[in-house]
Amino acid sequence: MVRILGFLVGLVFAGVAVISFFVNLVGNIQSPPEATAEEEYHVHPKALHLQSDGPFGSFDRQQVQRGFQIYKEVCSACHSMKLVAFRDLHELGYSEAEVKAIANQWATEVPSVNPDTGEPATRKATPADHFPAPYANETAARAANNNALPPDLSLMTKARHGGAAYVYSILTGYRNQPTELVKKFPGAKTPQGLHYNPYFANLNIAMPQPLVSDGQVTYAEGNPKPTVDQMAKDVSAFLVWTAEPKLENRHHYGWAVLLFLLVGTVLGYLSYQNIWAEAKRKVAPVGPLDPVNKAKRTRATKKAGVAG
Amino acid sequence: MSFAWAKPYEPKTGLGRWFDERLPLPRLVYGAIGGGYPVPRNLNYWWNFGVAAGIFLTVQIVTGIVLAMHYYASADGAFNSIEHIMRDVNAGWWLRYAHMNGASFFFIVVYVHIFRGLFYGSYKAPRELVWMLGLVIYLLMMATAFMGYVLPWGQMSYWGAQVITGFFSAFPVVGEPIRVWLLGGYAPDQAALTRFFSLHYLLPFVIAAVTVLHIWALHIPGSNNPTGVDVKTEKDTLPFHPFYTAKDGWFAGALLFAYCVLTFFAPNYLGHPDNYIPANPLATPAHIVPEWYFWPFYAILRSFTVDVIIPAKLWGVTAMFGSILLLFFLPWLDKSPVRSGSYRPVFKRFFGLLILDVLVLGYVGGAPITPLNIALGQLATAYYFAHFLIILPLVSKFETPLPLPSSISESVLHGEKAEAAPIGQTKPAN
Amino acid sequence: MVSQVGEDHSLRRRDFINIAAVSFAGVGAAAVVLPLVSQMSPSADVLALASTEVDISKIAPGQAIKTVWRKQPVFVRNLTPQEIAAANAVDVSTLRDPQTLAERTKPGKMNWLITMGVCTHLGCIPLGTGEGENRGPFGGYFCPCHGSAYDTAARIRQGPAPLNLQVPEYAFTSDTVVTIG
Repeated sequence: MVRILGFLVGLVFAGVAVISFFVNLVGNIQSPPEATAEEEYHVHPKALHLQSDGPFGSFDRQQVQRGFQIYKEVCSACHSMKLVAFRDLHELGYSEAEVKAIANQWATEVPSVNPDTGEPATRKATPADHFPAPYANETAARAANNNALPPDLSLMTKARHGGAAYVYSILTGYRNQPTELVKKFPGAKTPQGLHYNPYFANLNIAMPQPLVSDGQVTYAEGNPKPTVDQMAKDVSAFLVWTAEPKLENRHHYGWAVLLFLLVGTVLGYLSYQNIWAEAKRKVAPVGPLDPVNKAKRTRATKKAGVAG
Repeated sequence: MSFAWAKPYEPKTGLGRWFDERLPLPRLVYGAIGGGYPVPRNLNYWWNFGVAAGIFLTVQIVTGIVLAMHYYASADGAFNSIEHIMRDVNAGWWLRYAHMNGASFFFIVVYVHIFRGLFYGSYKAPRELVWMLGLVIYLLMMATAFMGYVLPWGQMSYWGAQVITGFFSAFPVVGEPIRVWLLGGYAPDQAALTRFFSLHYLLPFVIAAVTVLHIWALHIPGSNNPTGVDVKTEKDTLPFHPFYTAKDGWFAGALLFAYCVLTFFAPNYLGHPDNYIPANPLATPAHIVPEWYFWPFYAILRSFTVDVIIPAKLWGVTAMFGSILLLFFLPWLDKSPVRSGSYRPVFKRFFGLLILDVLVLGYVGGAPITPLNIALGQLATAYYFAHFLIILPLVSKFETPLPLPSSISESVLHGEKAEAAPIGQTKPAN
Repeated sequence: MVSQVGEDHSLRRRDFINIAAVSFAGVGAAAVVLPLVSQMSPSADVLALASTEVDISKIAPGQAIKTVWRKQPVFVRNLTPQEIAAANAVDVSTLRDPQTLAERTKPGKMNWLITMGVCTHLGCIPLGTGEGENRGPFGGYFCPCHGSAYDTAARIRQGPAPLNLQVPEYAFTSDTVVTIG
């Protein structure tokens, strides 16, 4: 009974799936899906190699500090970074006094309350504060940016396929829209107020090119020249740190744990072999089937010159 | 428990005897996972995944309890509380990644465990209840995992909650009220998040309880084995401890190694970047997919694109639920008296096809929607239902199985390496 | 396990491997417990709130304010000359927790008594900072939970509390600003 019912149910479900298959097939043949500009012109991020890559990866403090400088002087005008606190900057090699100074001199202040009147006010940031956001709220951010919302950058390299390479590619990917694209897809012309960037999912990004010229930011003595490419790399490295500040701990502990597990597993395996050797001997083929006896017999037959 | 030669528990100390007479807990443990549980001596490594599943359940419960000490189930604060765990809580990043990847490993291990049962006929009499309780655990796991994925309140969390509860709206009349009831609102929000957290904390303990039943039911007939032949004499078995504790122990080490590689060096590999974007009820991510362990079912859901008598949406949802429910009937669909797939040449071929089919479904479920992927998914879906409901019953009726060994020890005798293989199929080791 | 091992010559080596494997598992389990325990200690953001600045310019002699440091109340009191005299008149050796007022304040700032507002008995907040609050029989602070009375130097004089109100680490950043922590 179960099998007859099952048979019918199976026929129905498999049948409807197959019907769906053929209906779609016919549909696709009659009106093949049209290509879109995104499909043809969107490109995957360029390769970017950072010191934080790979299982031995660590942060290049110098580079991440440069990236922080770019964020502070360029990006932070529009992009918040709510998950990172000034105190976290210790990990980048800034001293306590430097962190205090950075917090104190931050362009935007922290919202607070006037202790005398209770009116909304602002105060200088302290190391315990998170980076203050440039806009009070989403509406203010959209109003100031042509109705586009500059996303929070704290987790950017974990929140996009391609991670740091994606950020780097976007920052260096601005160009004029190819004329063939517009010829082929007249509807896909970059609208007013947007900017063509093939690394962006729908090709047209609201953010104007943020890093426009070499030397836009002045690096301290002993750093590489601040070319657009270098600055894009540095800020990408910084965003790797903001998204995953514990990356170095993770790698260090990871290796220790793996080494421990490796030794433990090998020991466990030897112990297992040990324990089972006994069991195998106990059940092992006995009498003529015992490999030892068998070998003896083979030797004996060989000695005797009897053909196997 | 059920074998005459199972060693009874003998307390070694006076205190042990005193305790045993009052509360025979040590006796219970000894009989369940100690020297008092005789296990077929020819189990291969596929049998290690049951204990491994127990280990990962423990990992999940332990890390979960600890994470709950820092997480707050608030629509405004959930996302930030996870990042607080990742950044500020001592060893928080490890706890969170361990829980995240622990879920994936729990599913990996359970999937291997299920497919082992499918191949070696572990669902057949007298182990039907073991199989069905296992499926109950699996369903509970899916519910727990889904609700856990909602908790970070990222984009995928939010839209996952929206889509999964949307399944219910496929059912006519009662569907929409059920969906609204589940969410406690018209869209996922505070009410949904709080109840998901509550249930996400509760269900693992239910899973643990059903696991006890699963093991209890297993201990009545005892474990199946690669030959599928019943245990006949003491020679066929070994006590669980120390033999299988040693084997499970070192294998657990190896699995934990793989798990730690993922946790420490590619913790987000199995996740989706969009879940690092806070939930936004006004923007759906471009490419929304569930976690990888749901992909095959997601592919089945998406395969029904045509209204045939009832709407396509309802086909998709019933098929998706049906694809799991039909497994409950497996013991009665496959009536072949031979358990082990090793002795069933035709079954073996179709089993290979089934694995391939589920892999294809998995791929399609995680891939973007293109006409080719949809078509592939539709064929794979058709095969999935045909396999269990049409092919298996027919195969079990018409197939001629290979000769079985007369006992487990006989199968062991023809060579350690070929323990599981039928006689005459592989060359003896000696 | 030991009984399973055969009685051949390699017995000791085999035993050793089994024991080593089990000990390894034990060490591993213990190592995992460490982070599971340490996650409960204060997180980085809690530790970052370790200092508070208090403006004391508006506290008149005889008045006190309650401020917050590490999420705990701190009493800042501007003692009157009479209160200072009363505190100094006590024979320190008779006290449960012998300390002079000078030991509990900064040199040259004996009128500024800065203490934790946490009763050393079981952690209630003693009364005595607000206008008209019960300051107890010794004119300092009085804990209503179990009746501990503190004197004008916030020393325990009566009731179950074992110690004087704790003096936190603090420094005068200027004449009117105190940094606690």
